[in-house]
Amino acid sequence: MATVTQPMPGPGRTPVKGSTRVVRLLRGIARPYRNSHGVGRFMLVTGTVLVVLMLLTAVFAPLIATFGFSQVAGADGQRFMNHAEPGAEHIFGTTTQGFDVFSRVVWGARTAVTVVLLALAFSLFLGVLLGLIAGFVGRWVDRVLVMVMDALFALPALLLAIVVAFLLSEYVGGGASTAALAITAVYVPQYFRVVRAATVSAKEQTYVEAARAMGARPATIMFRYLLTNVIQSVPVIATLNAADAILTLAGLGFLGYGIQPTEAAEWGYDLQRAVSDTGAGIWWTGLYPGLAIVLLVMGLTLMGEGLNETMNPAIRVRRLIPISMPELTAAQRTKAAQVPERDRPGQDRPVDTGGEDRNSREPGSGETGKGGAA
Amino acid sequence: MTEPVISVRDLRVWYGSERGPVRAVDGVTFDLRPGETLGLVGESGCGKSTLGRGVLGLLPRGAKLAGEVNYEGRNLVTASPKAIQRLRGPDLGLIFQEPLTRLNPLLRISDQFEETLRTHEPGLSKQDIRHRSIEVLRAMGIPPTRYRAYPHEFSGGMRQRIMIALALVLRPSFVVADEPTTALDVLVEAQIIGILGDLRRNFDTSLLFITHNLGIVAEACDRVAVMYAGRIVEQGPVTEVFARPQHPYTRELLRSTISLSTTGLHYIPGAPPDLIEPPSGCRFHPRCPSAMRVCPEQFPEQVEVGPQRVECWLHGPDELVPEGGREPLVREEITVADEA
Amino acid sequence: MSTRTAGSLRTYLITRVVLFVPQVLVILTIVFVLMRVAPGDPVTVALGGQRSPEQLAQLRAAAGYDRSIFVQYWEYISGIVRFDLGTTIVDSRPVTQIFKVNGGATLTLTSSALVIALLIGVPLGLIAGRVRDTGLDAGLRVFGILTYAAPVFFLGLIFQLVFARNLGWLPSSSQASPLVLARVPSETNIFLVDALLAGDSAAFWNGVQHLILPALTLGLLLSGVFMRIVRINLIQTLRSDYVEAARARGVSEGNVVIRHAFRNALVPFVTILGLQVALLLGGAILTEQTFNWNGIGSQLVRYLDSRDYVAVQGIITLVALAVVTASLLIDIINAIIDPRVRY
Repeated sequence: MATVTQPMPGPGRTPVKGSTRVVRLLRGIARPYRNSHGVGRFMLVTGTVLVVLMLLTAVFAPLIATFGFSQVAGADGQRFMNHAEPGAEHIFGTTTQGFDVFSRVVWGARTAVTVVLLALAFSLFLGVLLGLIAGFVGRWVDRVLVMVMDALFALPALLLAIVVAFLLSEYVGGGASTAALAITAVYVPQYFRVVRAATVSAKEQTYVEAARAMGARPATIMFRYLLTNVIQSVPVIATLNAADAILTLAGLGFLGYGIQPTEAAEWGYDLQRAVSDTGAGIWWTGLYPGLAIVLLVMGLTLMGEGLNETMNPAIRVRRLIPISMPELTAAQRTKAAQVPERDRPGQDRPVDTGGEDRNSREPGSGETGKGGAA
Repeated sequence: MTEPVISVRDLRVWYGSERGPVRAVDGVTFDLRPGETLGLVGESGCGKSTLGRGVLGLLPRGAKLAGEVNYEGRNLVTASPKAIQRLRGPDLGLIFQEPLTRLNPLLRISDQFEETLRTHEPGLSKQDIRHRSIEVLRAMGIPPTRYRAYPHEFSGGMRQRIMIALALVLRPSFVVADEPTTALDVLVEAQIIGILGDLRRNFDTSLLFITHNLGIVAEACDRVAVMYAGRIVEQGPVTEVFARPQHPYTRELLRSTISLSTTGLHYIPGAPPDLIEPPSGCRFHPRCPSAMRVCPEQFPEQVEVGPQRVECWLHGPDELVPEGGREPLVREEITVADEA
Repeated sequence: MSTRTAGSLRTYLITRVVLFVPQVLVILTIVFVLMRVAPGDPVTVALGGQRSPEQLAQLRAAAGYDRSIFVQYWEYISGIVRFDLGTTIVDSRPVTQIFKVNGGATLTLTSSALVIALLIGVPLGLIAGRVRDTGLDAGLRVFGILTYAAPVFFLGLIFQLVFARNLGWLPSSSQASPLVLARVPSETNIFLVDALLAGDSAAFWNGVQHLILPALTLGLLLSGVFMRIVRINLIQTLRSDYVEAARARGVSEGNVVIRHAFRNALVPFVTILGLQVALLLGGAILTEQTFNWNGIGSQLVRYLDSRDYVAVQGIITLVALAVVTASLLIDIINAIIDPRVRY
């Protein structure tokens, strides 16, 4: 299994006495940030900042938004103007229906985050569970599951989500959970594949054999060893899938199969309404929800790719560390006299003591050492 | 005595790492005459391969090279990349360790030969190229009928022979063979060694033969250089070095080889040295059975013992050894001091 | 190592084609099950409330929905073999007719988008991989992420605002102007081909102008994805043993990059191309909606809105078949260009 970048001496590697689970978890989260560098670190940090900003917007939506997501009149009962240009009262303007664009963008963040978190939880649960079962049980169970998952994977993601959303809307209507389930159907096969592959290979590993030989129960083996092994590749996939899920949700909303406008603000739906506005030159109804999608998806993608770059050894960038190479010391240098023409006259050699040599070399290694910690 | 083809002086190759520079090659000097084969031996991770690559200027990004590699009156270390690239092929060759991954899988063998010959001899006709390539391949035991085949259609041993043919088709005067037989079975190994032997007899090619197999060195090399922690600690004629090793490390290395008369396995205690913070003084002193008080204190001088050159305080020079330096080293003291 | 003769390529192709059948069967089964887990029968869902119970029962019997689920499944599968996907409920049209009439528009859009994506994505990916970790690489990666992060309908909307509304350079919706559409006779149902057949160059030019914005929108989405894949492949290839070996033979840097790295980096890209067909078709649904492009995607949305299960099931079946067939073709192409492919 791919472990995170190796040689970082520090608390992350040597567990301090009395460190709790929480501390260790926090260190695990911080590790990619400390170990990344260059473009990878830039992507990781920028992405995280964008995602955190969006999360904060989602959490504090009621405080940030100036109006409700389906509010068409001010506190004074005065109806908002339709298609009002961005101005003092409505900083992003209003829509055809007279909604405040800024408020809908802010509330939309809450919808997007809720749906994606739900979808991630569902698909992680299903994908990991099915993957573990397929990998561990094997035989026909494995074969059937692999076939079904491959077939689901072959279908266009959006099409699959549309069909599921369409069918579910018959049962449960168009709420956040419908959208989340529709998105789940798209991403389960991916988790399934990763987890199954990891399980199959981990099953062959000797340590599982060893655990079995020591008499551990199969369930213990499954969850203690395999899950911890699998969990390493999940953060990258989950982050990138979350980005993709935002786009799928918006696509569903754009086609009218997402969340109904009365239930919550949804960026994709707003964009659908904005398409007919473009002919009249009304740009604010589409621009702001669109930008919100771009920022959130970009944040998640940057984060995922940044994580991938620090955690995936196949594409990890070896940092180029500047080396200062001091002059060879006299004792280390080959004397001209000693190289093979033996007839040359011997020369006087300046004598340096080895101890001094070592000291003279120290500054060089100290410098690069500092570079490594930065 | 003939002039050396290649003469390496105080060559150093350092890599950057998070903990500081890795001194993979740290001041190495040797000469190679026409038709001579120098065996380079040592434990894995002692800098053998890096030395081979460093001589040819084929280093990964971020590696730093210093010293001299003199070839035809030029120092390759300071030469421009373009100039070295022109020398690689017709003058300097490299044979790799892993034959399976070294041939481009999408190009026919013929394409790879054509490319190599065209690069360095642009005037050659298609006919000439074919003729010369098939000639070399035949010498390596590859039938001409396979000339237009793809790499995956050959066995590992055949691919290694094709790689050698590719390196030799331009008749380089100096070739680095980096463990060319490690990935192959014993019969193929003997074949390859035979081919390399023919080569220097027929074309006067000088060979730097990197290996960890002392048997091959005894069989195929004229001289041997023993490398430890980025330094050549002993070099000399193979027969002399193997019969009368002067450096304790050479002695230990020879003892740990398995032969038919071996009764028990011998190994050198202790871990291979850390190339980032190598031991002080003589780098072998922590594992050396004959370590003295002077060994961790001062870097050993190079001295000549018979036909060999050795870097070890056992052989003096006496005037540099401080008072009491010849007392045996008390090891516990050092380990405690190291950890402090 | 096995020595491959000319026969093993044939063996590979036969195996691949034979594997295609169960793969298709599984997908069809999943589509069938998905469409049948919904409550109510398709006729009632689509027309309930609009017709009398007697009429509904009659329609149900005619469409075969009163028979057992297994019979229906058999009908579905055997229908596909006969290229019969049933008749839509709301407007009594054979589903295959939808593809005949509207397939051309989708094909025009997706193929031109694919060409645009290849023309933009592959060269940019090669450049970015070659100059990795430089400012140019970082800029290209940002471009790749941006095109991916912007939903096609948002990008399309911006294009409509800028190029159609503000600059007035290009039309923003439909395949051609209404009058032009009316005057060109439908022969192949591919508008640009029809215009050429009719010898109407003005109509052809009008069609091209209408195609530019939608094709560019969908093409840009894919180009970012292509760029990322090509870049990673090139980086891995440039690190490979045979590239180092070529350098050790003194092969010039230009030749190393072009002959050894580029070619070898594009082979895995071709493999992945099969998976992108799904992305292309998914994007086409949204692009068609944005630009009022009367293709399969628009039809799908129309029938979804009228809750016509038969039409929806038929369209999904054919799209799924298209994706699987495309990946089969890609695998065959791949087997021909990469001599190593063996099974």
